[in-house]
Amino acid sequence: MYGTGLAKGLMLTLRHFIDSFVDDLRYGLRKYSHSTDNFGLRQGTEAKGVITVQYPDEKVAVPERFRFVPFLIVEDEDHPTRSGKDWCTSCGICAKVCPPQCIWIVRGNDPNTGRPVPEPEAFFIDIDICMNCGYCAEYCPFDAIKMDHDYELASYDRTSHHIHDKEKLSKPASYWRSIAPTRAYEEMLVRGTWEHKDAAKEARRGSASPRASSRAQETQAEAAPAAVATAAAEAPAPPAAAPAEGATPWSEDDAKREERRRKALERKAKRAARSGG
Amino acid sequence: MVSPALAPDDVVNALSIEDSIAYLKSKHPDAVADDEREGYSGVLVQASKLVEVARAIRDDLGFDYLSSATAVDYLGAGDHMEMVYHAYRTSGGGALVFKAQTEREDPEIPSLVRVWRGADFQEREAWDLYGIKFPGHPNLRRILMWEGFHGHPMRKDWREAYYEEEQKPFDNRWPGGHAHRSEEKNVFGKNVTYPPDIDLNRLMDTSESEVYASLGLGVDVERILDKDGFETNELVVNMGPHHPSTHGVFRMVLTVDGETVTSLEPVMGYLHRNHEKIGERNTYLHNIPFTDRLDYISSMGNNHGYVLAVEQLMSLGRKYNPPTYRCEAIRVMMVELSRIVNHLWAIGFWLNDIGAFFTPVLYFIQERERILDFFEAVAGSRMMCNYMRFGGLFGDLPERIKSVSNLTNDRIRDYNTMQFLTEMVNERIPRTIDELEQLLTQNEILLERSIGVGILSGDDAINYSAAGPLLRGSGVAYDVRRADPYSIYPELDFDVAVEQDGDMYARYRVRVTELRESVRILKQILPRLEATEGESIWADGKPGAYAPRVPFGEAYGRVENGKGELGYYVVSAGGRGGSSNPWRYHVRAPSFINLTPMGLMSSGYKVADIVGILGSIDIVLGETDR
Repeated sequence: MYGTGLAKGLMLTLRHFIDSFVDDLRYGLRKYSHSTDNFGLRQGTEAKGVITVQYPDEKVAVPERFRFVPFLIVEDEDHPTRSGKDWCTSCGICAKVCPPQCIWIVRGNDPNTGRPVPEPEAFFIDIDICMNCGYCAEYCPFDAIKMDHDYELASYDRTSHHIHDKEKLSKPASYWRSIAPTRAYEEMLVRGTWEHKDAAKEARRGSASPRASSRAQETQAEAAPAAVATAAAEAPAPPAAAPAEGATPWSEDDAKREERRRKALERKAKRAARSGG
Repeated sequence: MVSPALAPDDVVNALSIEDSIAYLKSKHPDAVADDEREGYSGVLVQASKLVEVARAIRDDLGFDYLSSATAVDYLGAGDHMEMVYHAYRTSGGGALVFKAQTEREDPEIPSLVRVWRGADFQEREAWDLYGIKFPGHPNLRRILMWEGFHGHPMRKDWREAYYEEEQKPFDNRWPGGHAHRSEEKNVFGKNVTYPPDIDLNRLMDTSESEVYASLGLGVDVERILDKDGFETNELVVNMGPHHPSTHGVFRMVLTVDGETVTSLEPVMGYLHRNHEKIGERNTYLHNIPFTDRLDYISSMGNNHGYVLAVEQLMSLGRKYNPPTYRCEAIRVMMVELSRIVNHLWAIGFWLNDIGAFFTPVLYFIQERERILDFFEAVAGSRMMCNYMRFGGLFGDLPERIKSVSNLTNDRIRDYNTMQFLTEMVNERIPRTIDELEQLLTQNEILLERSIGVGILSGDDAINYSAAGPLLRGSGVAYDVRRADPYSIYPELDFDVAVEQDGDMYARYRVRVTELRESVRILKQILPRLEATEGESIWADGKPGAYAPRVPFGEAYGRVENGKGELGYYVVSAGGRGGSSNPWRYHVRAPSFINLTPMGLMSSGYKVADIVGILGSIDIVLGETDR
């Protein structure tokens, strides 16, 4: 009969309409509670009604592999010897594999010998250009650059906020462990230590047993952090220090650059002194 | 073996590629020669004899389908321009590759539009981007760039406005990488040049006739607009580029007689970014995330085509490990899931176009959401998956699809991956397809709107190089997965969807059947995944290098994507000019070439049908304009 197809389709629409209310009745206000179980029910195979997520009041947590603008890993604040030190050795592989070429690295040089030191003097990522492909994290041989989960990066002024410098990019290793526990664990197995590769190497070279340098809550740890100039922010999510409005962190003058280099060297000297003593 | 030159027609039709080449050489001994360059295949045809040879290829040898026609600039490597054609038989089998060379200065190659209408837009693109003239082309105008653009951007000696270096990685990023913005160094406006004969005032002129001046309309705009002249009901209607029904920034210029369309000209290029030039600056690896942005609805399929092409090239070298079985199975699964996503969107958007505004599509994309959640958990991103690598994948499937709370008010999910997939493949997706059919297949309004509208005959579909559901809706059972199989498709059990009517409804039916066939494939993939559990996705157990060694040669990797046949023509220069950058990177975009018969399909129908016909082709502008 003419019109039956139409009627059938409309029945389906009606069913969807009713189902959305049935779901409301079934879960009632629980639907809007923060309990994980209810959310699972609403989004699960049994659910019939509206599965919409009310962003930004509620958000779907992103999976571990989710990738958004990269960040740099620095050693945890409570690390006995390397607190706040970059994992990055400025080898430049991330800058090479970056498809839109948004990574800029200034390799550190020892002022006395002129030889490169395994630490970046400066590190910039232009997040307007970054296409979130994740290559830098994938090909980094030191696990020093990782993709972040924080996707709410909108700001009022792109010219002053969207080139992230090293300060803004650096987050402690514990933050990475908190957002991607499985992968951090797998990487640890490959590296053989929770810290940077070099830490284990240093430990082996020194007379100390490997235990001593492994990430631990030992007494030395308490003394260390206060002395460090660029202490890593608190885990898990460090609120990055917002630069003053209108400042352009990437086009700084030579004086500032010199200042940064001096600080980096100071840090290095301190570390050397600590590990020596 | 039957002597090729003497064989009767039906034997000739079944000749293998090698025998076909032998036949061509015996028929045109002085015009056809083997392409003997290292890593190249096919024949070189003398430009002056090209049309004759092309006719022989089509009529005598049965290569009735011209898949791709594209140009390559060999600056510094022979200093010539080359047109490369890939012709296939719709009965299946490999490509007959033939090429014609010409000088770089004032290049000219006879047009093949009279042999294959499908060459139309592709030759216009070659003219636009390479400056090759095609005598005999009925409408040789720029297609992606605008009239008045200076130069032909794909030529190797042309440089873009924000030019930095010939090839990535750029030198100034490391070790002395002090960041700057390129717009600070190179202020926009100062970096644009115009050709000497361009009248800039003309660009400001917005009078009616000027708006259409650069088009090849088969209609005299002046006459129609002349109110004192002939009494006529003809009218020029401009739809787009900003029009909700054009699926993006796409423009159609129609001439209508009353409500009936008499001719239609598609105008594109508003989203053009010269993807191919970027691709030649990029290294091989860099290109994978860029392919995501072509047909952004099915990025997995785009990845697949590209890695297939580069893997073909890599297999010419000595050190190459083909992907493992598990890797292939995961690839096929991902591609089929994205085909489902693609068809759900295609049908949904098409319904939007013909008036069922958003109710059906929102029902469909509930399922899409789930598939994208899965993509996100596996590849890291919902749409820009960037999942496949040369010889492998970004990563194996995670054990659990699990999210970790990071922000406040996060909602956490945690599923077992295989359980999630099984549930999706066996319950949720079939349920959605059933709903879709219940809602639409017998719906009388839909039937009346779509049956007998936008007809494309099978012969025309082949001749115009249509691909995907557009081709199969016209009764041509041509699916690359079956006709020229790749990956593990040969061992999978599925049918090629085909409908005979060639109208909008037939295309809809093809898509629904393909949805069901995709589910069928996925059901066969799941046990394969379970059987290969624990196997590495990399042949030698460790991820591939970021700068793979790609030897000299050319490759054409093609896959059946949701929208049709997606092909990548990649030429490797070996060591020449940097080993890690492709010399030529061309995308045979189904959305672009499927628009070639748009004018043919539209004339005679009402304006309201045009929107539906465009929707039934299923284009995405990221791929059309590249």
